[in-house]
Amino acid sequence: MSDPHESPVPSYRDLAERCEVIVCCGTGGVGKTTTAAATAMAAAAMGRRAAVVTIDPAKRLADALGIGELGNDPTVIDGPWSGTLAALMLDTKATFDAVVRRHAGSDEQAETILANRFYRNISTSLSGTQDYMAVEKLAELHSSGEWDLVVVDTPPTRDALAFLEAPKLLTRLLDNPIYRVLISPSTGVLRAVNRAATSVVRQLSRVVGAEVVDDAIEFFQAFQGMEDGFRERADATLTLLGADETAFVLVASPRADTLVEAKYFLDRLGKADLDAAAVVVNRVLPALSIDADRAAELRADHPGGPVQALADHAAAAAGDDDRIVDLLSAAPGATVARVPLLPSDVHDVDTLRRIAELLTEG
Amino acid sequence: MDPGQFFASSRVLIVAGKGGVGKSTASATLALAAARTGRSVLLVEVAGRSATASMFGADAPGYEESTVYDEADHGEVRCRSITPDDALVEWLTNHGFSRIAKRMAKSGLLEIVATATPGIKDLLVLGRIKALEAEGVADLIIVDAPAAGHAIQFLQAPVGVRDTARTGVLNRQAVEVIEMLDDPTRCRAMLVSIPEETPVNELIETAFAVEDEVGLALGPVVINGILPSIDGLTDEPPASLSPNEAADARMAADLRRDRITLQAEQLDRLQARLPLAQIRMPQLFTTEIGPAELHQLADAVEASIEALEDWA
Repeated sequence: MSDPHESPVPSYRDLAERCEVIVCCGTGGVGKTTTAAATAMAAAAMGRRAAVVTIDPAKRLADALGIGELGNDPTVIDGPWSGTLAALMLDTKATFDAVVRRHAGSDEQAETILANRFYRNISTSLSGTQDYMAVEKLAELHSSGEWDLVVVDTPPTRDALAFLEAPKLLTRLLDNPIYRVLISPSTGVLRAVNRAATSVVRQLSRVVGAEVVDDAIEFFQAFQGMEDGFRERADATLTLLGADETAFVLVASPRADTLVEAKYFLDRLGKADLDAAAVVVNRVLPALSIDADRAAELRADHPGGPVQALADHAAAAAGDDDRIVDLLSAAPGATVARVPLLPSDVHDVDTLRRIAELLTEG
Repeated sequence: MDPGQFFASSRVLIVAGKGGVGKSTASATLALAAARTGRSVLLVEVAGRSATASMFGADAPGYEESTVYDEADHGEVRCRSITPDDALVEWLTNHGFSRIAKRMAKSGLLEIVATATPGIKDLLVLGRIKALEAEGVADLIIVDAPAAGHAIQFLQAPVGVRDTARTGVLNRQAVEVIEMLDDPTRCRAMLVSIPEETPVNELIETAFAVEDEVGLALGPVVINGILPSIDGLTDEPPASLSPNEAADARMAADLRRDRITLQAEQLDRLQARLPLAQIRMPQLFTTEIGPAELHQLADAVEASIEALEDWA
């Protein structure tokens, strides 16, 4: 472990060694799942008990990790590490069902909610649910005491805050003034609430259809008594996400479009007072001894063949470099790990180990 | 196939794909290629924040339209964005719910409606596009679909809403949008991917799901970032290079060969498993994409379209 006075910015190795929670965020298609898995693997190699929560991993990677099936509990992966490595593929609906059962006052209350159509919409297709359940799973594994480090992959989203707002997904609905209207006993709705609110509900029925409104009312009525439990849990998970032992890692690739998105992510994280502790840039072209101008000169003299490949490589790498420098200017307190472009896709444990080494050797 | 005929075959092209595959670049390129055949094109961005306008050398589009390309002898490209929240409020207002729309937005009721009917925002974005199509605002509307998550969610939204809100005006809206999606003379989807294993797998899955579950006709797939092949990659670097330069050149040539081999495997796999024509866009070795690069990509798209068979 390095002396904090010598190295004010913790290295990626430090993060894998010390953090209790690492959240890998970024847009899709930049190797986020791979980075999350390699980070947990690096911690396991340091003797820690590390679990990684993956979301929709590529099939071959999931197979390599032995998590080809949806599972709600971590599967231990055997390998040449001194600690423990486990992985799971998040099952959003099953996780949500378990949360409802945990907070419900009775089996009957849980079953009423689980059978409700509004609930099924929330637990399967509402945007943000996947983020919410990833946070839930993370909090559950963290509080179990079985893991020194929990790494979580995040769903592909354009907005970092979607993940941070996820724990509030339900409580935000519960804090809505209309909630009081919806939970009034249905037989008394017309009498119990003022006319304006009633007309809102009636108009709502005209827009989305009466059964949708009925489902929502039934859901909110069934939910009564569970609000406090959900609010406390949301507050606790938000505290965990903001805690010192939690690090956010932004994963990016040097492609122009993904770096624009990555910069936006950093900006949004900063607005939430959650600076990224690390930026991982995947698929960086290997460095050359000459610059793009010199390579272009050489190409002019020797068109085609290896010199053409050299000139293309140099031009692409120069562009990548400019963009990475620009991205890092938005994350002054972050450590940077560059993972070079590998000759093949990552879909076996050996390649993951290679990435784990590359992440932590810097 | 003649590019003019290609771009005349549907009034709406929805360009969809997972994030990071260059979907916006493909949308902008198709818009330019269509404009070069003399058509007026409306390029619609759904996420509200993307790079297509800047590729034409213009500012990012707002909710209002702005012309980003207008050349003599060619058609024009106009850009605008449609955000899901605006589409919802606008739709409510246009359907006699102006009072409720304001109150819903203010009270957070909008959120409950969106929760009760997942996909409502995507549906209303598509509904807005359907309205633009009906108004005949352009010869061709190209939609840069949202990047988050899987492309299929956006396209499945109308069917989802139709089955959730089984009565009411929203149901009617869903049914009308589905009519547009089901009619290949009105609407087709073009899926974008890159020649790598995971994106190719997702492309294949999405393509079958779009045809089976949405009933939307698919145009050719767009494969972005194709590394051009180079002759003589295995040759020794010229003797005039310094030892370092020669070593760099060998490394670059080896990497290029490896990646071209991988790319060829993926393209073959795609061809074998997905019986759709391919439009290929080359990888450009530049820092950013501006008007010159966009024309270069449009040249490649045109050549790809000319090589296509006519629609059956």
